[in-house]
Order: sequence, then C-alpha cells, then structure tokens
Amino acid sequence: MSSANPNAPIKEINEVALAAPEYDFHRITDDVAKVTENPAPRGWWVMFLIAVSLLGALGLTLAYLFWKGIGAWGNNQPISWAWDITNFVWWVGIGHAGTLISAVLFLFRQKWRTSINRAAEAMTIFAVICALMFPGIHVGRVWLMYYPFPIPNSMGIWPNFKSPLLWDVFAVSTYFTVSLLFWYVGLVPDLATLRDRSKNKIRRMAYGAFALGWRGSNRHWQNYERAYMILAAISTPLVLSVHSVVSFDFATSVIPGWHTTIFPPYFVAGAIFSGFAMVLTLMLVVRSVFKLHGLITLKHIEFMNKIILATGSIVGYAYAMEFFIAWYSGNDYERYVFFVSRMKGPYAWAYWSMIICNVISPQIFWVKSMRTNVPVSYAVSIFVNIGMWFERFVIIATSLHRDFLPSSWGYFHPTPIDVMTYLGSFGLFFTFFLLFIRWLPAIAIAEVKGVLPESDPHFEAHGDHGSHGDEHHDDDHKSDDHAEDGESKASSAEA
Amino acid sequence: MASHDHDHDNEKKSAGEKKPVLLLAEFDSTAKIFHAAEKVRDAGFTRWDVHTPFPIHGMDGAMGLPDSRLGWIVAAMALTGFCSALGMIYYMNVVDYPLIIGGKPPWSIPSVAPVAFELTILFSAFGAVFGMFGINRLPRHHHPIFFSQRFERATDDRFFVSIEVDDPKYDEKKTRKLLEDAHATHIEVIEEEVV
Repeated sequence: MSSANPNAPIKEINEVALAAPEYDFHRITDDVAKVTENPAPRGWWVMFLIAVSLLGALGLTLAYLFWKGIGAWGNNQPISWAWDITNFVWWVGIGHAGTLISAVLFLFRQKWRTSINRAAEAMTIFAVICALMFPGIHVGRVWLMYYPFPIPNSMGIWPNFKSPLLWDVFAVSTYFTVSLLFWYVGLVPDLATLRDRSKNKIRRMAYGAFALGWRGSNRHWQNYERAYMILAAISTPLVLSVHSVVSFDFATSVIPGWHTTIFPPYFVAGAIFSGFAMVLTLMLVVRSVFKLHGLITLKHIEFMNKIILATGSIVGYAYAMEFFIAWYSGNDYERYVFFVSRMKGPYAWAYWSMIICNVISPQIFWVKSMRTNVPVSYAVSIFVNIGMWFERFVIIATSLHRDFLPSSWGYFHPTPIDVMTYLGSFGLFFTFFLLFIRWLPAIAIAEVKGVLPESDPHFEAHGDHGSHGDEHHDDDHKSDDHAEDGESKASSAEA
Repeated sequence: MASHDHDHDNEKKSAGEKKPVLLLAEFDSTAKIFHAAEKVRDAGFTRWDVHTPFPIHGMDGAMGLPDSRLGWIVAAMALTGFCSALGMIYYMNVVDYPLIIGGKPPWSIPSVAPVAFELTILFSAFGAVFGMFGINRLPRHHHPIFFSQRFERATDDRFFVSIEVDDPKYDEKKTRKLLEDAHATHIEVIEEEVV
C-alpha cells in the first residue's frame, strides 16, 4: 500500500492530548486495571463504611415507613408531593449526564468523553435506581406497585395510557434498561482485559463470565462499533425524552407555575446541568483517591465546567422566561406564583438559594483560571447539586402550598424520616458507586487507547519521518511485492 | 498448554490427539497490523481474523469486510416495538376495557406518542445489543485462540492476525512467510485436541 494515504489524521486546531504524554497502551491498561487489583486505599474504606451505614439506615427507615405509612413523612394536603418527588426528579436529573456523555458527545465526536464516560454511565444507573425508589415508596402501599404495569390482574382493568404518570413509568424504566445495556456493552472488552490479566482463578472466572469470551476480533469490533453507534443514536432522543416526560407530570396539570410549555427543554437543560455537576463531584474524588490524574486531566475538568456554565445559563434563562411569560400572560394566578409566592413568599429562602447556586455560582467559570482550578470546580459542583435540589423543591412546594382556596394553604415541614430517606438514598447510591470503582474498570480502557495518537494506523508514517520513515517505505514496497507474488502464485495454483 | 512454536512438523495425523487449527501472528503496532491485514486480504484468505485491544480505524476496509448487517435487525426491532406499543394500548384502552377519563376519547394519538416512542427505543436497544452478540456468536467461552499464552496481550497492547488452517489458501510455509514479511514479531501454530 502506498504511504501517501488519503486517510491521514487531520490535526484540529489547538487539538490537545487526551491522556498525559507518558501514556502508552500498556500503561492505560495497567493504571486502570490496578485499581481493581490492588487492595483498596484507606480513603475507599472510609467512604464505603459511611455509605454502607447510610444504606443500613435507609433500610430501617423504609421498614418504619412501610409500617407506619406515608404519614411518617411531613407530606400533607396541599403539599402531597413534597420531598420524595423532589428527590425523584433530582436523582433522575443526575442520571442524565451519563447518557449525555456516552451518547450525545459520542455522536458529536467529542473524544474527551472517553476518560469519564464509564463512570458517568455507572452514575446514571445508580442515580436512576435511587430515583425509581422514591415514586415506589411514595405510592404508600408498595405491594400494589404493579398497578402501573400492563399486566393482567384480578380487577380486569388496564393502566390508563393517557396519564403522564404512566408515561413516566415507561420512560424511566426504558431509560434504566437502555442505560444498563449501553454500559454493559461498553464494559465487555474491558472485562476481557481484566480476565486476561487476572492471576487467580476466581477473578478469571468472574470477569471471564461477563466478558462473554470476547477475543478482540475485528469481525466482532465491526458489529460492536455499529451497535455502539446505534445505541448512541437511539439514546440521544431517549435522554431528551425522559426528562421531558418527567416534566409532563407537571406541565400537563393546571397548577399555576407547572402548566407551562417551557418545562420540557428547561427540565432537560437542568438535568444535564445537575448531572455534569455530579460527575464532577465524583470524578474529582476518584481521580485523587486512585491517582488517575494522567487520564482525567485538567482539560477534561475544563470541558465539563464549560458545559456546566452553558447549561447553567440555559437554566437561568428559563427562570427568567417563566417570569416573563407569567407577566405577559396577564394571568393573575401565574403572576401571583412567580412575583409574590416565589420571590417573597414563605419559600423565598429556597427560591433565592436556588438562584444563587444555579445561576450565579457557575458564572465564575467565565474565567479560565477558575474553570481549571480543582477546588473551585469542586465547590461549584456542590453548589449546583444543592441548587438543583432546591429547583425541584421550589417547583413542587411553592406551586402546591398556595392552593386556589386560601383555606387549603399550607406549609411543609420535613420529619426526621424525610431526612433519613433522603440521606439513605445517598447510601444506596454511594454503596453501588464505590463497589463499581473498586471492582470494575472505572475508565473505558479500550476507548482511551483509541484516542492515543499511536492508535491511528497511519501514525508511524507521519510521526518521525526523519529516523526510520524511509526504511518503512522500502519495507512497504517490498512486502507489497510479496503480497502480489503470493496472489499470483495462489491463482496459478488454482488454475 | 496446547500452544507450540515450531513443532508443527512433528504432528502425526495417526496419533489423533492434536491437530493444528490456527496460525497466530503477533504484531506490535497498529500500522503493522493494518498493513498485515491488507496483505492477508489481498492474498485472498477468507477464514481469518484480526484481534486488537481496541477497534482500529479503517480496519474493516483493510480486512475487506462487508458492511455490518446489524442496522437491519435494529430497524426490524424498532418497528416491532412501535407496533407492539400501539397494539397494546389499543387493545387495553379501546377494545378490552375503554377508560373514559376527563371526557377524552379512548384512542387519541398524542397521548400514545410517549409510550410508543419509549417502546420503539427499548426494542431497538434490545435489537442492537442482543443482535450484535448474536451476529458475533458470543458468548463463546471456549475458542482455540485462548490456548495461546501470548494472546492474553490481545486485550492489552498487542495485535494479532489469526488464519484458520481450514482456509483454502492456507499453506503452512507460504502463509508463515507472508506474515513474517508483514513484520510479525512472533508466529505460532495453535493446536486443538481432536475430539
């Protein structure tokens, strides 16, 4: 083959290395796999014990909740949705970054995603598990959870497919299933790597079982890459649909402050915003505990901060637009919700916390030195996590606490059971997440290798022309001749 | 361990225990494996494969592979998902037990859109994942290529070409020469026990 190839890599302007220059294929395998092979560092154990304790507390809390009923929470009329639905929307929102990173950024050929997509996808799955828990326990009689599923039952009645709450069941469970499949497909080649590195039989059997006998065959890679692309292509509208459907739970009602057409895009932007904040919160810790600075570089952190800035500004725009539409509509109830209830009402403290955390705090990322600063990034990510929880709380509580009848007005006070359910969901999330980073490759080994310059088959021909480039060309021609010889011999043999 | 380096000549058919199944050549860079694949393709081999730790851009062309068929499976599954959703909702809410809620008609297109969309996606995802494993004939935990100790690096930093002995173009000496000329760093014959 001629070395003047038309497929030569085109270096983009300001293209940066996506892994530190000392990384080669083996070093990537080593650094990522070592995390699962070496004993866990002390920091991991400390976090794991805290997480498992919270998970235990969640178990006790839920047992008490099922025993006593929903009255154990502070939920009341008019605020019947309160913390549990706030937590549901918050966790589902966090779950959006994983698929955004793995699917949308994949379609846009954003190669920097390779260092963070695995952990972000894992985060998505665990966040959606936490999210699914809340509506599950909010129904009160958990043993009747099968009502929304289209399964024959003794009542002879089917679910009402015109209800947005039912759409939600389908959207979130589809999202969970597709995210899990996407994550597993990505894991298969890396599980094969761990299988092939394992020194003892148990590891070899355990990783080998899930690696499905993967042997890196290019005939397999071809279908694998096609499957990956199709999954990315179908996950992109899926991720947009899921939070849109969640927002329909609100938008299709006639409650002032909920009944608005801006909700689907506004919820999706907020979901991406909170999801990226959570990815940053987690990855900054993982990076320092497991010393992965060469793979999750400042460049990655800066990219994520830019997305936080962009989506935070979209969210800020949505907040402003809600006010504008409320004013412009001339509807008294809409105007009351925004200009009186949210800005100055009993929940004004939550409203302004939301504005400070979500709209103001990310603006610091306009400054380059701030968005490449690890402590500042961490602090902002925490602010955004808090702010996005407040956003859902503000939407739910302020719209519900002032009913159309003043005699039905109320206020929500959380009970210790509310607080423990929420904290317990962190236990559930972090137990899963910590087990994941300890036992599975937290960085997509095969994908990161694919973004190294030497992964390009034309890299050598273009790399150092001076030293052995010419020799290489000679070889090329020589072997080309051989190939042709081989072919002619073979064909003559056939004849 | 069933992998041997150069004892292919000692092989006796009558002994019946082992027969060669694969010729496995190892390469140490993507450029070399890429050119090696082109040569094996041009030499007319059909039963061969390339093994790499990550997908190499352009390798499908270098191997001369036809396009993946997976898209058709996914398209069929997407259509199945969409029709199942419509059929399910129509049967449940219109035929079997019409629910009139809020004065809305039992069948209204906008209200079926979200569930129809979600099931289309769900079925497509099943098609993509299980279709891919199906076409690839995975899981397959036993494969003669795993007899090679060196092949463990196929998921780390080495690149392999494997040519099946059953390939009509296969000839121990010529094929070995072809791979040597392509700068293989190591070549071995993999044998499997005859059952």
